[in-house]
Parts: sequence; structure tokens; C-alpha cells
Amino acid sequence: MSGRSLLDKVWDAHSVRELPGGQTQLFIGLHLIHEVTSPQAFDSLREMGLGVRFPERTFATVDHIIPTHSQKRPLADDLAEQMLQALERNTSQLGIRFFGAGSNRQGIVHVIGPELGLTQPGMTIACGDSHTSTHGAFGALAFGIGTSQVRDVLATQCMILSRPKVRRIEVGGKLSPGVYAKDVILAIIRQLGVNGGIGFAYEYAGPVLEAMSIEERLTVCNMSIEGGARCGYVNPDEITFDYLRGREYSPKGADWERAVTWWRAIASDADAHYADRVALDGNAIAPSVTFGIHPGQSVSVGERLPRLDEMPADARASLEEAYAFMSLRPGAPIEGTPIDVAFIGSCTNGRISDLREAARIARTGKVASGVRALVVPGSQAVAREAEQEGLPEVFRAAGFEWREPGCSMCLAMNPDKLVGREMCASSSNRNFKGRQGSPTGRTLLMSPAMVAAAALRGRVADVRELL
Amino acid sequence: MDARVERVAGSACVLRGDDIDTDRIIPARYLRCVTFDGLGEYAFEDDRKQAKGDHPFDVARFRGAAILIVGRNFGCGSSREHAPQALMRRGFRAFVGASFAEIFFGNCTALGLPAVTLSPGDLARLMDSVELDPAQEVVVDLRARTVACRAGTFTASIPDGARGQLLEGTWNATSVLLEAKGAIEDTAHRLPYVTGFAG
Repeated sequence: MSGRSLLDKVWDAHSVRELPGGQTQLFIGLHLIHEVTSPQAFDSLREMGLGVRFPERTFATVDHIIPTHSQKRPLADDLAEQMLQALERNTSQLGIRFFGAGSNRQGIVHVIGPELGLTQPGMTIACGDSHTSTHGAFGALAFGIGTSQVRDVLATQCMILSRPKVRRIEVGGKLSPGVYAKDVILAIIRQLGVNGGIGFAYEYAGPVLEAMSIEERLTVCNMSIEGGARCGYVNPDEITFDYLRGREYSPKGADWERAVTWWRAIASDADAHYADRVALDGNAIAPSVTFGIHPGQSVSVGERLPRLDEMPADARASLEEAYAFMSLRPGAPIEGTPIDVAFIGSCTNGRISDLREAARIARTGKVASGVRALVVPGSQAVAREAEQEGLPEVFRAAGFEWREPGCSMCLAMNPDKLVGREMCASSSNRNFKGRQGSPTGRTLLMSPAMVAAAALRGRVADVRELL
Repeated sequence: MDARVERVAGSACVLRGDDIDTDRIIPARYLRCVTFDGLGEYAFEDDRKQAKGDHPFDVARFRGAAILIVGRNFGCGSSREHAPQALMRRGFRAFVGASFAEIFFGNCTALGLPAVTLSPGDLARLMDSVELDPAQEVVVDLRARTVACRAGTFTASIPDGARGQLLEGTWNATSVLLEAKGAIEDTAHRLPYVTGFAG
């Protein structure tokens, strides 16, 4: 009999019961909440006369709508203020811990879960946000859900799910200088497609993943959803345990040893069965840039944009639409594409290691004239750490704006938006049409260091020339 | 109220294109709300403005459609339930496509909206038929697992679990989940991290 994957072990440990049609009622160990997808869930809960079943396993913060120039109340946007008040009311009435505006633990929900030690190996995690897959970096099964499911989890700490198949993605070799976790996940999505993951959980493995820090693994797992996967994870190891040791919500004392023993046991067995296996060569991955309207449309910075006849027939219509929207030409180089805005931040790349790498580049010059450049730390804790290291001064001296924590221009639900057809070099996760707040605004996804390089040059540049 | 969904019949609207994401279905600025009311009018707002009246949601021949026919990986991206909520409030009661992003599919099921898939060839025939004759009735039959139009009756796929929830009217999952109260407690108490890793 073959061994079991982490997914099998964690799934079985959390299975409350099997339901007809092959679905599982799955217990959710950690429920994270934010202001956008929860108000209707709380209302629905009240209409049904139900309470929150495990408030102590539920944590909330405010991230999507929070302004980044000042968190001062009341928020200038009445609708945003209403949403924030609704969350304050709901969490205080129902006994849910809320890291609100002004709290030193506030931040993007997928940044604070890990840094507080809330996210731990072997957990099931749900949040009304597709990038919940981020938490898989610890060897957790983390699912983005909609508002009806948020209500279900509030009421029962459970949801109904079908067990995904597991695809093991092994990245071999070693990354070269200037190549980051962002480039790895963009390469994976480019190879497997934005819908290639439907029906799958992605297990990321191999020497490149084993060498990565937790923060880098968070970047990879974050964009699992961009590859269509239901979730993504990395098996927990010493790097995971070292990261968790001493965090606010991590197990302490004698509990710690027992926790590590359990965490080791839930990792995939060496002979685990996988529905599919894929291998990538990490040595061959170069700094990458998206050029289209979904994250699968990317090239290495030195490559030319694909011609229509080079692409599979079923990818051409989308490619034509992408070129028309982006005003880019097949066969042209991506390097040298002029940009108007540079955005460093988001749940994909708003952690301290991301800011350090971007600052390293920022130290080498000044933001090009005409470019608006923003750095938005992922959380208050990230901002404090950056301040201790003097990073805000580095960014400001180079001409970047240093802002307060939030989701910001990743999805532009706060005042940070593109204007008109602006082209934005962005460390976020989605280059969808209109994603950054202007219906005709354009997004080029890349690593934070590549964004910093683009900001200094005023156009897409190869970060390796600035290292 | 009978929540069972066995078949959806009505005219259909064809929205071509693959990988249509939920930011396009409902732009993020409309997520600044505490209720889903009124979202219907903003569905595909940016695409519609750019299409200047030519968007399938604005042309007269698709007006009043109950079934939305789409391409591959429809509803990818953000988990916002606002997307199927907006489409539902616009009058759509079923989706037929080549494939659906999983969170979108889960959100649809949770609202009692079936999302079924057809083979690429059958989907192309359905799209062509509906574009040629948009007034015709299209029938999504969950019990028979078919989609029928003038061009034929096609075999449709939908995962068994979601199909069962729709047919039995148990798609509002809260009450189903609550049935297992005791088992929820038992599961929680078996999990080392819930009990604080106490030996």
C-alpha cells in the first residue's frame, strides 16, 4: 500500500462525515475574516437565529478598504466606513478577536495569520478571500470561500467540500540571483495554465522549494488560485518550525515539542500517491513579467512576446484580446515597455523580505520622472520591522511613497487606483482587466525587485543588471 | 419554500471568451457594500461600457435570458460571491460552460444556481444555435444531466455532490452541517491543535 499525502492526512483528520455524492463535511481549524466578504454572512447568520460556533478559532482584520495614507477615523469613504463599522459591531457582539484600524496587529489577512503564528501546519483554514491558499506555505489546507460559506463556517466551523486530487510540482535545481519566488509561481502557471489546476491541490516540492524561506513559500502558495488550483501547500520542515517558534499564537513550552511531532507526522510520506506529477527546472527560470490579462500570460524579461501562430489554437483568442487591451505587439520585447506606476505590496509580495529586496534596488538610483511609485507594507508588523531597518528612508530617498498597511492597489478598493490607461509594474497577483481600479488600466505582474527596477528605469528592466 | 432545483428552462445569453474573471463580472468598487442588493445592474459594467452597447448583456436579442452560456474557466480569480449574486439578480438561474473556476462553482451551488459543463463540441453547437435563434427555449435538466436546445440534447456534467444538493434542495448548507453537531465536537476534540497539544 502506498503512503499518504499531506492532503490525505489533514483531510481525514478534519473529516466530520462523508456526505452523499462524495462530498465531505470538513472541520475548519482557523477562520479568518475581513470586512468585504463578511457583512452579509453575519446578517444571514442573524436571520437564521444562529451564533458563532467557535469564536475562539475565528480572527478578523481590516485590509481591503483601508486607506494607506492614513487610517484616521471616520474613513473619508462613507461606504468603507460603514463596512468597517459593520465588522467592528459583528466581531464585538459575537466575541471574535478583531485586529482593527489602529491595532498594531492589523494588516492584510494573509500576512498577519502567518506572522502571528495563527497559521500552523496540519490545519484547515478558510477565509472569504481567494488568496487564502497563501497559508498552505506551512503545510495547511487553506481554502478561499464565498460569503455563503463564510456563514456556514461561522455557524458550524465546517464547510462542504469535495476532496481535490493532488498534483505534485517539483522544482529542481537552484534559482539564480535576481530570480524570486514570484518568478517560480509565474513559471508554474505559464506551464500549467490558469485553469490547469481545476480539481487539484498543488503540492509544491523539490530543491527550490526546500531552500525557500517561509515568506517565499507564501508567495508561491498565494498564487495557486491563479493556476486554478483549489489550494496549494508545501510540506512542513525545519524552516517552517523555525519560523513558528516563539510567535504570539504558536504552541509554547512542552506543547511545542508535541506540536512539532504532530507537524512532522502530517507531512506527505515519501511513497505518497499523487494523481499527477510535474517537474520544472529551477535553473532555467528567469525574472518574469506578465504581458496580458491573466497571470498565465507571462514571459521572461529577455523574451519577445509570443506571436499568435506560436500559441496553441485555444489560447489565441485570449492572446488577441490581451494584446488589444494592453496595447502591446506580438514579437516585441517586453523589456523597455514604459510604465506610469510602480506598486510594491499585496498578500503576494508585501512581506519584509520583499521590501528588503526592493530596497536593495531602490538604493541604486531614483524613481524615473513621471513614475508614481508606492510601497505598501503588508502589515503593521512588517512596517515596524521595515522602520527598524531604515527601509522607509531608503524608499523615500529614491522617490517612492511609503504608505500604511493594506491591500491597496492590488485590487483598488481603497483610494489607491490607476487612472485611465496607466501601465503599472506591480508585485501583486492579478493582471485582470480593470483590476487596479481603472477599467482601462494595465498591469504587468513581476517580483518586487523587478518592480523597483522598473520604477527606477521608467520601463520594464532586467533586475539582474541592477544587482 | 421548495428549494429543489431540477431543471431550469428559458431563453439563453451567449457570452463568449475564456478565463472571464470575477473582477470583470463585478468590479471591486461595487464590493464596497454591506448587502448584495442592487448588484445586478453593475454586472460586467466595465466590459459593457467598452463594448458600447454591443455587449451580450445589452443587446435586445438576449434580453430576459435565464441561462448564461460561457466558455472555459468562467469565474476565475477573486472568491467574491458578489459575482454570482450580481448575475442572479440580473435574472440568470443557471450557467452552461466549458469549465468553471472552483470557488465560483461553489458559490453558485450555495445560491442554488446550477453550473453545468458540456464537451467543447456540444458547447460550440449550443452557442451557435442560441446565437442564431436567441428566442428559443434552452433546458438545463439536472436529473437527466442534459442541456437541450433546437440543435439537440447534449450530455451535461456536474459533480455528483453539487447535483445532489440542488436536486434535494439542500444547497443552503448550514442546516445540513448543523445536523452533525455531535460529530463536529468529536472531530474538534480529536485535533491536537484544538486541544492545545496537551498530552
